[in-house]
Amino acid sequence: MSSEKVIEERNIADAKKGSILNPRVTILLTAILPLLVLAAMVYWFAAKGSSLVETPAVPVEKIDFERIVLHPGKIIAYVRNTGPYEVTIAQVTVNEALWEAAISPSNVVPRLGQAVITIPHHWVPAEPYEVAVITSTGIKFSDAVEIATETPTPDWRYFGTFALLGVYVGVIPIFLGFLWFPFLRKISKKWLNFFLSLTAGLLIFLGVDTLDEAFEVAQRVPGVFQGVALIGMGALLSFLFLVAVRKKTMGSGASQKSESYVRLVLAYMIATGIGIHNLGEGLAIGSAYVLGEVALGAFLVIGFAIHNITEGLGIVAPVAGGSKPRWVHFVFLGLIAGAPAILGTWIGGFTYSDVLATLFFAIGAGAIFQVVYEIVRLMGRESEAGLGDITNFAGLVIGLLIMYVTGLFVAV
Amino acid sequence: MSKSGMSRRNLLKVSLGVLGGTAVLAGKGFAQEKYNEGVVLNAGIGHDGHQMTAKRHNQKTADYFKDCDMNPMKFLDTFDYGKVTRLPGGEVQREYKIVAREREIEVAPGVIYPAWTYNGCVPGPTIRCTEGDRLKIHFTNASSMPHTIHFHGVHPAGMDGVFEIVPTGGSFTYEFTADPFGVFLYHCHVMPVKKHIEKGLYGAFIVDPKTPRPSAREFIMVMNGFDTDFDGENEFYTVNGYSNYYSENPIDIKLNEPVRIYLVNMTEFDLINSFHLHGNMFRLYRTGTKLDEYEHTDTVMLCQGERCVIEFSYKYPGMYMFHAHQSEFAELGWMGFFNVLPDVV
Repeated sequence: MSSEKVIEERNIADAKKGSILNPRVTILLTAILPLLVLAAMVYWFAAKGSSLVETPAVPVEKIDFERIVLHPGKIIAYVRNTGPYEVTIAQVTVNEALWEAAISPSNVVPRLGQAVITIPHHWVPAEPYEVAVITSTGIKFSDAVEIATETPTPDWRYFGTFALLGVYVGVIPIFLGFLWFPFLRKISKKWLNFFLSLTAGLLIFLGVDTLDEAFEVAQRVPGVFQGVALIGMGALLSFLFLVAVRKKTMGSGASQKSESYVRLVLAYMIATGIGIHNLGEGLAIGSAYVLGEVALGAFLVIGFAIHNITEGLGIVAPVAGGSKPRWVHFVFLGLIAGAPAILGTWIGGFTYSDVLATLFFAIGAGAIFQVVYEIVRLMGRESEAGLGDITNFAGLVIGLLIMYVTGLFVAV
Repeated sequence: MSKSGMSRRNLLKVSLGVLGGTAVLAGKGFAQEKYNEGVVLNAGIGHDGHQMTAKRHNQKTADYFKDCDMNPMKFLDTFDYGKVTRLPGGEVQREYKIVAREREIEVAPGVIYPAWTYNGCVPGPTIRCTEGDRLKIHFTNASSMPHTIHFHGVHPAGMDGVFEIVPTGGSFTYEFTADPFGVFLYHCHVMPVKKHIEKGLYGAFIVDPKTPRPSAREFIMVMNGFDTDFDGENEFYTVNGYSNYYSENPIDIKLNEPVRIYLVNMTEFDLINSFHLHGNMFRLYRTGTKLDEYEHTDTVMLCQGERCVIEFSYKYPGMYMFHAHQSEFAELGWMGFFNVLPDVV
């Protein structure tokens, strides 16, 4: 008996019992009943329930500074009310002096609302500044600019500078890594697996590093935006998204597709994972540049080049085993993995946000771990032992070590 | 607790309305010219220097005190001489009433501070008498904390306001003879004293010499600070309880008019405070206990609890600044102007 029939019979039975309710209405009612009760409760609490819960005598206020922008003769602070109640900004001080300030849209900032404070101030480059707001209840919230420097506006000069930066730390090292491809083609299967394990090692390190960065930035994310939850969501979703992409491109049974095809798709997935990671890296570099916190000497660029050249190796390692892909694939792979660094420096330089940065890093971490999982699966097909094989194990360890040592060059 | 929370919020609403209105009005031109949006605080402060202040001095901010008897302009020359009676021996007896109570006061535009007050004001009323007067200060504690009044000057131990703690709802009458003449102060001496002073329990106490000082325009100025976020540092500095009040509302004096200021330093947390007068020099009488000039200067430094009398008159008309010569204090609200009006013959 089909379920439709069951319902039909029940309907008849209901009709016989004299029920006036259409079964669809019943379903709808049962679905919204909890919501109705909730709405009633919310209304009741809002209307007269406040006496039930003791409210603190002094309202808990919280204001977070999201960004301080410096333009000639002007300091602009972006603040957000992350406390539970509306907050009124009564006074603004710069370096312990009451100052003129234009607050838009209003000095009364609703919960989660933003206010832009424009302060006319002849700030001196390279000196520290503390901007503080004092609320109507006298509570002071402040943020500091460690080294005052003019905030870049999105003009061609800065677009160019940041793009070049992204090319140096992202694109060039990846393509340099591709130069290992002819070498990888010539070595035996056993050694290729060694390099695949090495790639897995590199990626595991990169994944952990990215996750660490995500948690670091999440510390600065205002409590209401739940930085750690963002990391969990971002990482898991990107992992599952890539799993879905793999299913779609390779099919559930990998045997359905040719070996070379599977390897190429894997290379693209690695490139994507690394690309998202590099977006986060670009974000960090761009925002550090704007904050004047990083000396962008040759040293940093060299460091990133050494660090990221291994990423290029990781991308081409899977395809080295199958038939040689067309050269255009290498261009795409390199751009997918490297170009996001350019985008990252733009975003980081012009509209940095801790919330976005946390999310980017989390997405990058999820993508990278998914790719590691894919590599391990591929190796499982190639050799029985997988990572248990002593050569493969050594590859993994060396991969981790390479990242650790080259990472010493880019510690900002 | 919840009740005081309610009153706090209500008061906030009222003052915010006032703040919003005033801020928008004060900043209107500025906002339209330069930003075209939003609310402008402290238009002209810092950025354009102080030239704007002269133009704005007619615009009274007295609205802030609509529902409070605290008004720095009124406070400036209001002296409480007490209820005077003649004793059988011919001496003058002065009786004062002081009530300690909690009150939320506005200490800077839009900033509300939960103060402990004498008679609802910070600083408390300026008590004034003449050397040799019999004083009776009836003190009632209508606040939720124990308080006292400790007067500076000569008096018996039992009238010192240190051991005779007055509990909530209690009262005490301080009785002593005003001695010697000079500028003094009074404050609560319940421990932790720092907290009781910080919250606003203090005021000036002036004892005039039997032969009065030469006649002059007389002002009382109590220098203080407010730690509005309770981190052990002052967010605002004021003279007579309201940041930048006399820069927004300059004090009108006449050309060549003798001016006398009774200056008291009740600043908590900071070791010293100071007074600097622009375009002039003043005669300084430290503690005001002698009638001989101590020094001819334009800046005086006072430790917490120190006070002095200063006398001057202006030779040229115009707008003259006075402020703490600690620039930080000045820029956090301890700043004002004398508007010296030309002689109208």
